[in-house]
Formats: sequence, structure tokens, C-alpha cells
Amino acid sequence: MQESKINDFVVRFANVNGTGSASANALFTKAVFRMGVPVTPKNIFPSNIQGLPTWYEVRVSEKGYLGRREGVDLMIAVNPQSMKKDYADVHAGGYFVYDSSKPLPPGYDREDITHIPIPLMNLCNAEYTDARQRQLFKNIIYIGALSALLDLEFAVLEGQIADQFKGKEKLIEPNIKALNIGVNYARENFDCPLDIRVERRDLLGDKILFGGNSACGLGAIYAGATVAAWYPITPSTSVVDAFTKYAAKYRVDPETGKNNYAIVQAEDELAAIGMVMGASWNGARSFTATSGPGLSLMNEFLGLGYFAEVPTVLIDVQRTGPSTGMPTRTQQSDILLAAYASHGDTKHPLLFPASPKECFEMTIDAFDLTERLQTPVIVMTDLDLGMNDHVTDPLVWDDSRIYDRGKVLTGQQLDRIAAASALGARATSLIDAEQPTNGDAGGHHADLPGHDGSNETAGQPLEQFKGKFGRYLDIDDDGIPYRTIAGTHATRGAFVTRGSSRDEYGVYTEDGDAYRRNVDRLAKKWETAKELVPQPEFLSEPGAVATGSRDGVIYFGTSTYAAEEALEFLAEEGIHLDAMRVRAFPFGQACRDFVDAHERIFVIEQNRDAQFRSLMMIELGVDASRLISVLNYDGMPITADNIFRQIKGTITK
Amino acid sequence: MTYVRSTFRHPALPKNDLGYTVDYYEGSLSTLCAGCGHDSINAAIVQACWEMNIEPHKVAKLSGIGCSSKSPAYFLSNSHGFNSVHGRMPSVATGANLANRDLTYFGVSGDGDTASIGMGQFVHVVRRNLNMVYLVMNNGCYGLTKGQDSATADAGSKSKSGHVNLFEAIDLASLAIELGATFVGQSFSGDKEQLTPLLKAAMKHEGFAFLNVISPCVTFNNNVGSTKSYDYVREHVEVTGTMDFVPLMREITASYEAGDVSDLTMHDGSEIRLHKLAKDWDPFDRFSAINAMQKAKHKGEILTGLLYINQEANELHTTLNTSDVPLNALSQDRLCPGSGMLSKLNASLR
Repeated sequence: MQESKINDFVVRFANVNGTGSASANALFTKAVFRMGVPVTPKNIFPSNIQGLPTWYEVRVSEKGYLGRREGVDLMIAVNPQSMKKDYADVHAGGYFVYDSSKPLPPGYDREDITHIPIPLMNLCNAEYTDARQRQLFKNIIYIGALSALLDLEFAVLEGQIADQFKGKEKLIEPNIKALNIGVNYARENFDCPLDIRVERRDLLGDKILFGGNSACGLGAIYAGATVAAWYPITPSTSVVDAFTKYAAKYRVDPETGKNNYAIVQAEDELAAIGMVMGASWNGARSFTATSGPGLSLMNEFLGLGYFAEVPTVLIDVQRTGPSTGMPTRTQQSDILLAAYASHGDTKHPLLFPASPKECFEMTIDAFDLTERLQTPVIVMTDLDLGMNDHVTDPLVWDDSRIYDRGKVLTGQQLDRIAAASALGARATSLIDAEQPTNGDAGGHHADLPGHDGSNETAGQPLEQFKGKFGRYLDIDDDGIPYRTIAGTHATRGAFVTRGSSRDEYGVYTEDGDAYRRNVDRLAKKWETAKELVPQPEFLSEPGAVATGSRDGVIYFGTSTYAAEEALEFLAEEGIHLDAMRVRAFPFGQACRDFVDAHERIFVIEQNRDAQFRSLMMIELGVDASRLISVLNYDGMPITADNIFRQIKGTITK
Repeated sequence: MTYVRSTFRHPALPKNDLGYTVDYYEGSLSTLCAGCGHDSINAAIVQACWEMNIEPHKVAKLSGIGCSSKSPAYFLSNSHGFNSVHGRMPSVATGANLANRDLTYFGVSGDGDTASIGMGQFVHVVRRNLNMVYLVMNNGCYGLTKGQDSATADAGSKSKSGHVNLFEAIDLASLAIELGATFVGQSFSGDKEQLTPLLKAAMKHEGFAFLNVISPCVTFNNNVGSTKSYDYVREHVEVTGTMDFVPLMREITASYEAGDVSDLTMHDGSEIRLHKLAKDWDPFDRFSAINAMQKAKHKGEILTGLLYINQEANELHTTLNTSDVPLNALSQDRLCPGSGMLSKLNASLR
């Protein structure tokens, strides 16, 4: 259904990992981006350091589709190991660019594609003598050739090389030379440009090209995180790498040279989250990042965080499970594990970012939410979002935004609570003396926070404490108690945080009623969380929920790009569906309304067992027969074609 | 035993420099067994903190799971406590300490909590030289689950039920020195005279201070044949020396028998005065300390006292070059780079 091949094609680079191809390939993506054309790169890489096949797939889309697309229009095949499959993967009518320094083996004789032989190795060897240079510049030479074949503006590439080697200017000239070798060879030997090609547009406005993990790391900086503890695991490692990089840039005190942050590489994920809980308990904003196996290990601590009500931010960059699974492939398969992590009755708020911009925002939101709710909050990103660059809206920070540190009592407030006790006692004696009390009570109020307390957190009169601070008292009737931080007051506010049952004053108890009051309050807090977490977005205007479309579609996270593209395809065929992008768990009223308004709902997700659908059944009580799964679980990002096929297949059945 | 503690306090009860009587440093009523060694240790902690004029709210008490880990509830009720998960106190303490370097961190653990389930975290908190006191109440058995052998039970030691432990014991104090702990002491819950000054010095030590305190389990491991019973420990303790802790600006009043005395000035100016009894090792020398402990083990003795101290190593905050202002006290304007920086960053991503 392709009319024009201008700004609408997929290029795949088939490389050997560890050969420097990644930075060369990124040049290609950035050049398309700088020509104002929407572009989406995907790294498809092995769990290996050197020598195995790795691919880099770039989709160029004039229409702004940012999901993965099936089929390859142009293959750059520079890896003999995978060449046979790479050859077969080229779409009919497509192009196969290969290193022709040695002849192709027999069998490479497709007539439905165009072969573009470029003697990359020979060109390289003629120019360079050093083995490493030969390897690196071979990559640059094919980028040069591609720029001629696909009509990339040479000046744009030159500009990128200059940016890349700022401070190492000596390297600019040899790189430009390598580009030119490729350009010249292509122009001399082929009709350039090809029918698939890039034409300059102005479709990107002020958008940026950024990865989700970097955005999470930066979000933690903007959110004021000071303690990061982590254990290396693909694909989450680059979250902390980014935090480290930005902390060194923004968080070193200019006067003292000291760090306004601490990063600890822990001995394992158990220790990582333990450190985060210790730091958060002690009043610092703290986070960790991990992936499935790490999340499994963190379960016990997450239960402690839920029950002892300790703020914790966890960024889960999901990968293909179970067990070690495919560590370098993507999936949305930690949903149920994260939602109900740990033994006993536990549940945890989850945030589902769908773009790097949202990774940035939701990481910041996670810190506010975890301190407001005093419970662990998990940001559910994935390898696709985290480890690939995406075209995304520019990041925004509102300088008037004040961190929500939640209900933390100050020393002054603790004094006022105690003072209310003394006043309360006097008031009681006044009542005993049968004196009118109303006017008197007004006088007491002036002494309580909310009237003159600048640090008042919730604006609730603390007199509800009735003179005695209780760590687990629900004086605001929202299930969220007040906490104190160690060192706040010499004689008031101390308590023991524990994973065992305790009463409203933090005292250990095995009393069944006290236990039930406590867990019922936690359930009430869960209700409060429903409307505090990021609310869903609707593809059309909110009113569209009620347009009468019988079927609805629900998706979240990185399924979003492909889902929205598929909805356009479906609309072109006359199938119009209401759509809701869920942005967080627990599901609030808006989610429930959408579900109630549709007879049948397609739930798009990237795992085998339809975990998100299960979550909806459990939490919203939706009848299983109304929820139709649209799944993808081969480790590759879901495509619009796939969603289109599955939904259309069901609807037209 | 009674479950009601008298609230009567003698009016003439002495006060420390902060004006507090010793009961101000107590915790809630212990629910441990009558005669439990842990309660003696808790009493020594109360005594040490009172004598040192510690402000309780400047202490954070942390523990894992087990009888010993219940202890933080039984001392310093004006301190925040964190009774975390089994074997994971070191990580919680690490995070807490990173958040606020100005508090004293007092970790309490047991032999199961440290030498078995928590071994991974223990060895790593040692090598990071976290500024904390890490006290193991070591009774060689799992009390809460009715007396199973722990990893510190000596091979051949017999439990109350007559079961003989077949496996080698893990010697936590030797291990700590090996891993680079910068303060290692060993003591016995029945020897408050020795334990109290050890606790004081440990709290003043800038870095990881490890105290392995043998603390007999009266219910499950105090029988004939156990090497962690009161009788056995009393018979086999080899006191390496006595020690006084002299807080900064305090006059030295105590006098001791003549002997080999060495003074050690701590970072804040306090002094440790060691009266050495053992002749063949030097607590400032890691190798000789390890050697002495190996020899004692061979002879079936338990060396007690300050076994090793090193004041030169950097504690974690120094290693990480963190701000002198506690991280939890940094204001938003110092933490958030603001919209201007973000605009520049956006520009660099186009």
C-alpha cells in the first residue's frame, strides 16, 4: 500500500557486534532526523561483547509512525555469519548492499531485489593500514555510500562528524575522507539516489532524539534524587549510567567540589533496593533501576516497603523473560510480578511511560508519588524504550514546581501536636467546669499548623492526633499516615519501622483487630492512589468514549506507537475504535468508565500470558469474554501490521 | 517475670551532661527470655550511650530478623529504629547513612542474620567501611525457630537436644579483619565492664566498627557440651586487655594496674587507653591480630577485647566525596538543575 518511497522505508544494518558499527549507524539516524524527517532506530543486539550478529534497523516515516515496521527495504549486509538470513529478509523490490571484496557464495540469486555490491574491505584496505582503522572506517564508508544512495545531505553528515569529534578535531578529517570514499564509489557505480530516499522536510519542529533510559536517569536528577543504588543488568544499566553522567555535570558543588549525590554499585539487587529503602526512610530521595531477574530478587523488600510504608522508586526496564530469557530483547512481561510483588496482600503503583519524554516525567512523578503515598512506586519501561533513541517532544521542567515530599512532620509540628495535648487537657477541664467551649476552641486553632506553619504538608489540622503522634494513625482519612525522619526532634516522633504488625503508634502487636485495621487502612490508601497516579489518555477527545463504538482498545507503554498506527490503518478500512492508553496502575474511575462503555475491548500487550488483561480482570472485575488479547512476544517490538492483522481478524470473523 | 516495669525513679539518680538520667536511654520492655545474653548487651548499650552523652535522636538503630534483631526496640526509645528483613540490615544501614552522614548508626544483628542469610551483605558493608557500629549478638543458634545450629556454632558443639554440629564455625571477627574492617572487637555479654568501653569506642570510630559479642541462648544453647553456654564461655574467655574510653574533654580519673598501656586518639579527640595483657600481638597490626585469633581458636579460647583498629582508612562518604551537608538536607534549588539547563540539553539532542 506504499505509494511513494520517499521518506517511507526501512533500512537494516547487519553488523558484527564489537566492531564500532553502533556509532556509525547512529550517524545515519541523526542525519535523517536533522533533515526534519521522523525516524525510529532499533538496536537488535546479542547478549555478547564481541563477535556475534547485531542489527540496527531504522524506519523512516514521513507520516510520523514511530513504531517498528515489518519488512526491510534496504539491507546493509556486512556480517557473513548472518548474510543468508539477511538476504532472505529483504522485501521484494528492495536493495541488498553488501561487501563485494569477495564474491557472493552461490545461491544469492534473487531477481526480485537489486544487488548493490560495494567492495568495502578493498576500499578500506587501499586507504588505511592500521587494522582497527580498517574496521572502523569500513562502517563510515558504507554510511557515505548510503548517503549517496538515499540522498542524505552531505553537509548534515559533516556537521554531525564535527559535533561528534569536538575537542578531538584531528579525527574529523579522516572521517570525512571515509565518507567521501563511500559517496564517490556509489555515485560512480550506481544511479544515485535510489527510488527510496530521504527528502528534507520540516516535520519535527522542536522534537529531540533521546533514549528512555537516559530520560529516566535525567528525571531522577530533576526529581532531586541523591542516592542511587544498583546492580548491573541489561537493559537497565544505562539508567544509572545516565544518572552518573548528569550528576557529574549538574550535582557537583561548585564551591567545595563535593558531590550532592551518592551512587553505590551494590553487591546484588537485594542490597540495591535495601539501600534505596534505607535512604528513603532517612529522608533522601533515592532510586534503583533493574530488569526482570532483579525485580524477582527485590520482592521481599518491596513487601517491606508496602507494609512498613517506606518510599522507594524502582525503574524496571523490562526484558524478555522468564528466567534469563532473552536478555537483550524487549517485552512487557513483568506486569503481574511488579503489581503484586512479595508475599502476603501486597500491591504496588506502576507507571507506564510510552516515550522518553514520559520516562523523564514519570520518573519525576514517581518520586512525588512514592513520598506522597509512602509506598514503593515502579516505573515500568522496557528495553525498546530504554535502549533505543526515539523522536520525542522536548523535555519540560516547570521552575515553579515544588517537590511533593508527602506527609513528613517537622520538629515544630511535633511540638504543636504535643502542645495540643496540653491545651486539650485544659479544654477538657473547662468542659468539666461546664464552661462554653466554642470560642475557646478557636483560640486553640491559631496555635496549630495550617494557620501559621510554613512547613505544613497536608493542610490538615494536627490536633486530630489528640496530643500524641502516631506513625500509623490515619488522621486525614485517606489512608496515608504521617511520618517522621530520624534526627527531627530530641524527644518526640521516634518510632521503630518494621515489617511486622504494629498498631497505630508503631508498637509491635499480634492483635488481630489491630492488624486488620492496619491492612484495611493500606487498602484505603490504595483507593487514594487510584486518582493520584497519572490518568489515562484517550486517542480521540474524551467524549469519544461515549461515541457508541462497540469496541475499545487498550494499550500502554511501548505498544503505543504501533497501536496508534494500527488504529489509523483500521480506520482506513472503516473500522473505528475508541482507544485508551493506560498510564498507571491502580486503575481509577476513568479506566473503569472506559471499560464499562465498551462491550468488547482489545488489550494490546507484549507478553504471552496477557498479564495486563489479567490485571484488568482482577482489579476491575471485567468478564474475561469481553477482553480480547492482542499479543506479541517474540522479543521484538510489536508492529502495527501485527496489531492490525489481529484486530481485523477478530472483527471480521 | 513481670511485664510491668516500674516507672518509679529515684530522685537522686545521676544525670549526664545533657541532663538525662540513664532511664532516658532505655527502650521498651524486653520480651526476650529471662537471662538472655542479649538483654545484658542492651543494658551495656544503654549505659554506654548515657555515659557518652549521646543524644538519642541522633542515633538510628537498625536490625534484621531474629532474637537479636528485636533488640533495637529494647534500648534508646527516643531513637528511630528500622527492623528490616532477614540478613539485609547492612544495605538498609548503608542507604540510611548515605542519606544523613550526621547520625550515629547502630546496627544489631545475630549469627544467623549475619553469618548465614546475611553473609553477602555483611562482607560488602565491611569492605565499604561504612561508618557504623555493627554488633552481632552471637549465640550459635537460631532461637526463634527453636534452637537449630547456626553457622557460628563450633564443630562438635552439642545442642540442648543432644544434636552435635558437624560443620566448621564461621569466625566473624577474623573474617571482618580479613575483609578490611577498621575496628574489630570481641566480647561476652556477661562482661559489661569490658563491653561498655568497647561500645563507646566503636561509636566514636570513624568507619566500620564490628563487635562480635558472645551472648548465650539460655533456652536452647546453654547446656553441657555447647561451646556457647555461659559456663563454657566463662571458662574459655581469654581477655586480651582492658580498655578505657576517654571521651573528648573529659578528665581521666580511673587508674589501672601497671602494664603495657597504649593511648590512641580518635578522630574527634577522644582517647582509647588500652591496657594490654596479651604479649604476642599488636591491635594496630592486622596480621598479628589475625595470627593471634587463629592461635586462640586452635587452643579453644575466645579472645576478647579490642582486637584490631585502623584509623587511617576512608569511610564511605570520604570515598564517595559526598557533600558535608547531609544529602537529605539539600534543598530543591541545589538539587534541581532547572528549566534553563533543560533547554540547553534539549538543544544538544537535536
